[in-house]
Amino acid sequence: MTTTAVPVTTRKDWSSDQEVRWCPGCGDYSILAAVQMLMPDLGVRRESTVFVSGIGCAARFPYYMNTYGVHTIHGRAPAIATGLAMARPDLDVFVISGDGDALSIGGNHLIHALRRNINITILLFNNRIYGLTKGQYSPTSERGKVTKSTPVGSLDRPFDPVSLAVGAEATFVARTHDMDRAHMQEMIRRAHAHRGASLVEVYQNCNVFNDAAFEGITSKENRGAMLIQLRHGEAIRFGAENEFGVFRLPDGGVVTDRVTSDNEAHVLVHNEHVEDPSLAFSLSRLTISDHEPTPMGVFRDVSSVEYGESASAQIVQQQSEKGLGDLASLFRSNGSWTVK
Amino acid sequence: MKQQDLSTLDSVVLRFAGDSGDGMQLTGERFTSVSALFGNDLATLPDYPAEIRAPAGTLAGVSSFQVQISNHDISTAGDTPNVLVAMNPAGLRANIGLLERGATIIVNIDAFDERSLAKAGYDENPLSDGTLGQFTVYEVPMTSLTTEVCKEAGVKPRDAERSKNFFALGLVSWLYSRPIESTNAWIEKRFAKVPMVLEANRRAFRAGYDFGETAELFDARYEVTAAPFPSGEYANITGNTALAWGLIAAAQKASLPLFLGSYPITPASDILHELAKHKEFGVRTFQAEDEIAGIASAIGASYGGALGVTTTSGPGLDLKSEAIGLAISLEIPLVIVDVQRGGPSTGLPTKVEQADLLHAMYGRHGEAPVPIVSAITPGDCFNAAFEAVRIAVTYRTPVLLLTDAYLANGTEPWLIPHPDDLPVVDPHFASAPNHVDDDGTEHFWPFQRDPETLARPWAPPGVPGLEHRLGGLEKADGAGTVSYDGRNHEKMSHLRADKVAGIVATIPDVEVDDPSGDADLIVVGWGGTYGAVATGVARARANGKKVAHVQLRHLHPFPGNLGDVLSRYAHVLVPELNLGQLSKLLRAEYLVNATSLSKMQGVPFRAAEIAAAIDDVLGGQ
Ligand code: SF4
Repeated sequence: MTTTAVPVTTRKDWSSDQEVRWCPGCGDYSILAAVQMLMPDLGVRRESTVFVSGIGCAARFPYYMNTYGVHTIHGRAPAIATGLAMARPDLDVFVISGDGDALSIGGNHLIHALRRNINITILLFNNRIYGLTKGQYSPTSERGKVTKSTPVGSLDRPFDPVSLAVGAEATFVARTHDMDRAHMQEMIRRAHAHRGASLVEVYQNCNVFNDAAFEGITSKENRGAMLIQLRHGEAIRFGAENEFGVFRLPDGGVVTDRVTSDNEAHVLVHNEHVEDPSLAFSLSRLTISDHEPTPMGVFRDVSSVEYGESASAQIVQQQSEKGLGDLASLFRSNGSWTVK
Repeated sequence: MKQQDLSTLDSVVLRFAGDSGDGMQLTGERFTSVSALFGNDLATLPDYPAEIRAPAGTLAGVSSFQVQISNHDISTAGDTPNVLVAMNPAGLRANIGLLERGATIIVNIDAFDERSLAKAGYDENPLSDGTLGQFTVYEVPMTSLTTEVCKEAGVKPRDAERSKNFFALGLVSWLYSRPIESTNAWIEKRFAKVPMVLEANRRAFRAGYDFGETAELFDARYEVTAAPFPSGEYANITGNTALAWGLIAAAQKASLPLFLGSYPITPASDILHELAKHKEFGVRTFQAEDEIAGIASAIGASYGGALGVTTTSGPGLDLKSEAIGLAISLEIPLVIVDVQRGGPSTGLPTKVEQADLLHAMYGRHGEAPVPIVSAITPGDCFNAAFEAVRIAVTYRTPVLLLTDAYLANGTEPWLIPHPDDLPVVDPHFASAPNHVDDDGTEHFWPFQRDPETLARPWAPPGVPGLEHRLGGLEKADGAGTVSYDGRNHEKMSHLRADKVAGIVATIPDVEVDDPSGDADLIVVGWGGTYGAVATGVARARANGKKVAHVQLRHLHPFPGNLGDVLSRYAHVLVPELNLGQLSKLLRAEYLVNATSLSKMQGVPFRAAEIAAAIDDVLGGQ
């Protein structure tokens, strides 16, 4: 490993020469720009950075980054990244996924990567639709969604990616959206700095098949009233005039309510670091349907043993106990006899 | 006391049979180890049910272990047992059909009560109704004698009963003049943490041995002298262990860290278990959430510059198909081990079959060629694993390594190689740009191939200047960027196929075993049928037939001289534990009129079946 200082870079150094092929106006462009601009600030090297993706519009992302990258198969990116991160703990491994890729075909790999706490940074671009296959409903589409595959409305209850990740006891879970570059960068920066598996859900507009899915909450005019900014150590308040707050219910859930001088003292103070995932989960359940105030920011950030490090530590421990592996003794480890 | 005669046998086939909980596998393995140490050649065939504890006493719950020991070179566990040790009526009933007239049966008479007989489906007691007239039957009260000797040591009868397999082991150890010291030492070590069990097993073993000596029940005692092995040091290993060691050795010889991504599945799990024990070699084993993650993580590790391996069986191979396609497209080193078992679907999870050959060859969408290597004996799994790694690393390709349930659990004496004699495998990582543009700028082209092997450069992350993007989308020849151009796709399809076909340059020609040199018939086997085929061919020769034999290790590509070899023979007989998969490939590749000999019963061929098929083809010749 090199010990010299990380070279100073600009966005250009992190952009590949490949023509970007998303539809004009797609939210993916702003996420790509945010990431390319952020990379020079992360203190990482291009040659030690790997973007791994599955299948879907979002999955083309690695082609556009001038780093190492691999565009794999549908849903499997977290599993491939797990093997990579275990074999190469020195690398910065990012997983780029979408709602279909991460939550439908790859749901199993996602929850297991999160529960193991392997050191990867997962960016989940949630546009609530299947884009690359031209517009079928996805596991995050609202119930009753009319699409080509559901002409009279979808029947499934959607997944909330944050709820799912917190349910899998992910150690870092955040949400951001493609209309706010600074916030995206802040969330990705923190996710990258987190040791272990981190997941950032990015609300992303698919202007071709599901345009304005998040308009009601993320547009400039609606943000003030509809976005609940989560800030560690601060009372969770929102609204154009900051007139609303989040309160804890006796049953453990949370609700929003108008803040009055009577209840002001009881507004929930956000704490990212609670071991128990219940609070983060409750916060993720605030937004049961569309067009409801939606929390943005870091839901949960707790430290826990990182998987790849533990795997390496077992090797070191076994090597110090047994000595470095020796083939001659391995071949005799089940007993042997000599024929003269 | 009557002094029994000591007769010398060239070989003997023993079969231990009892309930799943009776410890038959352990008993068989112990007898095998002692015989190996003693210097016999041997081969084993474990045969156990898919259920961990099938209903006690029923046919479904019978667990058997067959071993042949001999004073000469053998390669199968024997067609028909000379001795059956039956711990209960079900063990007798399940195996009686395997025996030939004159065989010896030793039964645990204590287990032949009405209830157990009924559970095994016997209306009458076979020991008294005359049906066993053509066999020599010894009735030994194993359970009661075991509880008797254990009582003195304070072991409760219920616990003592569990040691009856050691009584059986002691008895056959006496009957076949096996040394007892090593078994005693093994018992001491294995049960050191449970002194009561240790004591019970030791006493039971001793009692069984003494029973043989003093009971005057047996007319004769036998010995099978040591076989003349080439000098050297030997270990008795199963195919799964040999395979795991082969992977460790090959990874070390390639200076690559070994990464196994795997999901538990019978009968492949023991490879995962063995590798998990050897972290001192830097081996990382990852028990993934499913079969797909098993191979996906291995691909990720290979991408990172490790030697990625995944192990599976049966339905697991189906699940890995898409990821194998990705590895083909990425052109990345990877070894996929398939321990073949009976299919389709869950099929016969613990039984042998060779029906995955065409899946290995063709079981992916698109033109997706992979090299296929097979192992021919348990010990040979070591060489086969090494060869699979060599091909994977040299040619940057996934390799399918086919073994089977028989090889996986079967054992044979294995000549321990000297680590220095194992070949070095060079991973030859890319270290610098390999392409210069017209304007003089340097680039790294991930699909700029080696002109000789057609292998592409392997450039794990970490090297400045070699940053590149790979993917499952078609890539432009050379530059490796995404390309939807039809002509490029055709070219890349040919290149991928040519690369795999070109492996033939580095695999040895087949060696034909044709002592007379003028045989009319060649028997072409592959993989784990080696022992039965070689033995069957030898028998046919002993009957005056002129027969040649070749056993294939490389199934894709075939060795370079195979076509010529086959063309020299009027008849080609292809025995396989499937419905004729290799014979189809041979017909397609070489236009030979191959005759298929198929068997699908979850057990290996018997040598006699091979010999009979040879007779059929050659008729009166
Ligand atoms: S289909 Fe939707 S998500 Fe895909 S590139 Fe077009 S706009 Fe973006």
